[in-house]
Amino acid sequence: MDIASFNLMRNELILVGIVLILLIAEIFTKNENKHKLISIGTILFGVATLINFLPLPEGQLFGGSFQTTQITMFMKSILNMGVFIVFLQSFTWLKREENNGKIGEFFILIISTLIGMNFMISSGDFLMMYIGLELATIPMAALAAYEKFSEKSAEAGIKLILTSALSSGILLYGLSFIYGTTGSIYFADVVSNIGNNSLQTFGFVFFVAGMAFKISLVPFHLWTADVYEGAPVNVTAYLSVVSKGAAVFTFMIILYRVFSSITAVWEPLLYTLAVATMTIGNLFALRQENLKRFMAFSSIAQAGFILLGIMQGGQLGMTTVVYFMLIYVFTNLAAFGVISAISEQTGKENISDYTSLYKTNPKLSLILLLSMFSLAGIPPVAGFFGKFFLFTAAGAKGYYILVLIAVLNATVSLYYYLRVVKAMLIDKSDNPIATFKTPWPMRISLLICVAGIFFIGFASFIYQYIYNISFGIN
Amino acid sequence: MNILNLLIIIPVLTVIGIVFTKDFKGARVAAAAGMTLQLLTSVILVISFFAQRKAGMTGEFLFLSDFTWFKTLNIHYSVGVDSIAVWMILLTSIVVFAGIFASWQIEYLAREFFISLILLATGVFGFFISVDLFTMFLFYELAVIPMYLLIGIWGSGPKEYSAMKLTLMLMGGSALLVVGLLGLYFYSSSAGPITFNLLELSKISFPIAMQRFFFPFLFVGFGILGALFPLHTWSPDGHSSAPTAVSMLHAGVLMKLGGYGCLRVAMFLLPEAANEMSWIFLILATISIVYGAFGAIWQKDLKYINAYSSVSHCGLVLFALLMMNKTSMNGAVLQMISHGLMTALFFALIGMIYGRTHTRNIDQMGGLMNVIPFLSVAYVIAGLASLGLPGLSGFVAEMTVFIGAFQHPDTFHRVATIIATTSIVVTAVYILRVVGKLLLGQIREKEYLEFPDAKWYERISVVVLIMPIAIIGFYPSYLSSTLMDALNPIVERLTAML
Repeated sequence: MDIASFNLMRNELILVGIVLILLIAEIFTKNENKHKLISIGTILFGVATLINFLPLPEGQLFGGSFQTTQITMFMKSILNMGVFIVFLQSFTWLKREENNGKIGEFFILIISTLIGMNFMISSGDFLMMYIGLELATIPMAALAAYEKFSEKSAEAGIKLILTSALSSGILLYGLSFIYGTTGSIYFADVVSNIGNNSLQTFGFVFFVAGMAFKISLVPFHLWTADVYEGAPVNVTAYLSVVSKGAAVFTFMIILYRVFSSITAVWEPLLYTLAVATMTIGNLFALRQENLKRFMAFSSIAQAGFILLGIMQGGQLGMTTVVYFMLIYVFTNLAAFGVISAISEQTGKENISDYTSLYKTNPKLSLILLLSMFSLAGIPPVAGFFGKFFLFTAAGAKGYYILVLIAVLNATVSLYYYLRVVKAMLIDKSDNPIATFKTPWPMRISLLICVAGIFFIGFASFIYQYIYNISFGIN
Repeated sequence: MNILNLLIIIPVLTVIGIVFTKDFKGARVAAAAGMTLQLLTSVILVISFFAQRKAGMTGEFLFLSDFTWFKTLNIHYSVGVDSIAVWMILLTSIVVFAGIFASWQIEYLAREFFISLILLATGVFGFFISVDLFTMFLFYELAVIPMYLLIGIWGSGPKEYSAMKLTLMLMGGSALLVVGLLGLYFYSSSAGPITFNLLELSKISFPIAMQRFFFPFLFVGFGILGALFPLHTWSPDGHSSAPTAVSMLHAGVLMKLGGYGCLRVAMFLLPEAANEMSWIFLILATISIVYGAFGAIWQKDLKYINAYSSVSHCGLVLFALLMMNKTSMNGAVLQMISHGLMTALFFALIGMIYGRTHTRNIDQMGGLMNVIPFLSVAYVIAGLASLGLPGLSGFVAEMTVFIGAFQHPDTFHRVATIIATTSIVVTAVYILRVVGKLLLGQIREKEYLEFPDAKWYERISVVVLIMPIAIIGFYPSYLSSTLMDALNPIVERLTAML
């Protein structure tokens, strides 16, 4: 190992550096200056995001435990961008009186979980993956319980940590079978020893169940709505986009890398999970009043769509999923940005509170409208391309019935996305949310999101780039 | 630069222009200017298309241009038009043009209204110029956002319900389409590179099992938009709640997308299955025709009457397409164009009358002929065109359809045709009933006497629509003969295996 090989862990090391800087900086800042940490953290993180776009040779470290490829770098960049947008959206919230002493914590916790996710994505063995997963999960519970005097937030934290512990246990139990039957935890060794073995299948199913908790697939989704509702808006945004994205990426990489020989086992499994997740997620989303719960079920339904891409198993599948997640980051964060801005200003989080929003805050409501249509998959916004390619991926496998179920679900989802649009533009209210000026960091974040929503769909070169760096089973 | 791209660029620039206008006056002027330019472009397109045809360009599609978009998926932005498409484009620009003038007095969120309306039109233009099915589908779906907003915000009556119903039902239709399109796409790889290109796909003969599976998806998917029974229920609610210009555009043009899609995509690409299954859809289309006509009799609301009549007339389009011979298909396209103009005129007039009476219930009106003669005469003309009076476009279209349909010697087709022709009588009943109640007889309210007759912008809107109806009525042979060069290959493909 030489210095150059540390370069492969560039993103992780820089993030660790930022955490350390913030830790030290927090000690030496006076209480009245604490809010400066927000800018420092965001700017440092922005630089890290940019650095990670620089090209890097592929390679592995620690005897294959840690692997860096073009696609993992790109996945990490997607997550970085998501976190950067979340930071921008958290400015006003963090400046509140009661958060003054906890600003450093917020950045440190989020970046720690992000480091964990980076390790998950780059892992070359199950141990590294598990450590990454735990690092990504435990600080998350602290984040969910960030508003410690709010009962809901505390409840969210405890729910998250309990379900995560359970799911980690299940995952580990599954992995122990894999280890027991193959004699190794290294992906490269495991893959050649996986075969038609019922113990391995047993272990595999537990592994899938564990991951399904993290991605919140039905029937492992029950924690999602409560946690999303209880956690502070910005943490919810982070959970629904970055945390979910990392789990999806890891799950996909491991399926393609390690379990490539037992596609016959996981295809029907994912098929069932996809149908259940889309349908149940959609049906529950129909009746939600609280926007955070609404977004929770919407994100569950979206996870069901993502499975369509994962299931494809080839280069096409990976491209589609990464491309979709890229779009999803901007789309979902645009929605959460608006929700956060309004919740910060007025404390209101229900769909009915948004009545006549277009009259008073036309820009915010247009952004939310775009994001809703992008989530529903309506052109010309990027969500259409993301969804259509997911359907294409499933079609490539010949699963036309699944495609039909998925598109019908997309139609159902349009109903609840339209409910938000209807409240904002059509319904009349006597006392709508008053006109207010959004703070500039939020504006920047929303601008980035809107640009992403408009641009990514038409920018076929991004798709092409992802395709070139993706890999598939065959 | 390809003139077809202009058809997309002009509306988009118009939308951008409207964004920068200050009030409703600026918005409507910008919209009218943009759509005038669009109408001129369409006219130039029609002229240059037939000039090229005359010059000996025999390709099925002209003005082709292609740009590779998603390389690995072989998705292209690819445009081109055949003679059906150019006429449909002209129809669309006429209807949009008339629609802008029919909504001249909109003040509530006028900028947003015109932006949505023109975006909706952009989707339609894009649909007709697309050769690549992905682009076609993209433009088709583009209509969803503006449509929902237009009906939901500026509509009347139970508008939230209608907007939601219409949007969801049409989205359900496109759900079926996605499956069908993906089927075509993946099966195309058996005969060369995988493709969404209509022209490439038309060279492939797909295996019959595949055709049987995917044809219903495509046909029903487009058929929902063409108000195929029993999936027509969005139409009466949607059209009656929509604001005038949207009803015009939707009933006039968007419903034709359904017929055009059924013809161009479903039947043209999957001919064997179309032949095999035509009887099922023929029965449904016949039901549409008769049911729509009878439905219209019972209604008292002017817009509902016209919406049901649209169901009937669009059923006739599908009916004619499924008869699958040259005459009937020619009639189908004529009917699309004729009904597009006629129904747009109807909805425009209903909007204008409603703007004065503030009711659409025919029982509460009467004697309007004396107060607003211009609008009333126009209404009579629209009505006569609708019931198929010779000299107007409706007669030409329906006559061609029924002659074509009756060419089939077998009992099934003949019985269907005979049942369908009864709709002509029923149409006469509801049209004449409305004319009698609405325009003739006693004036019900005193205030009706003070109604002003059509304003200049209303006159523009009405005249622009009546002219082509009369031209087609008197001189249909040019239109119908030009349609044949697009229809011949389709019919040959459909009848090749018989």
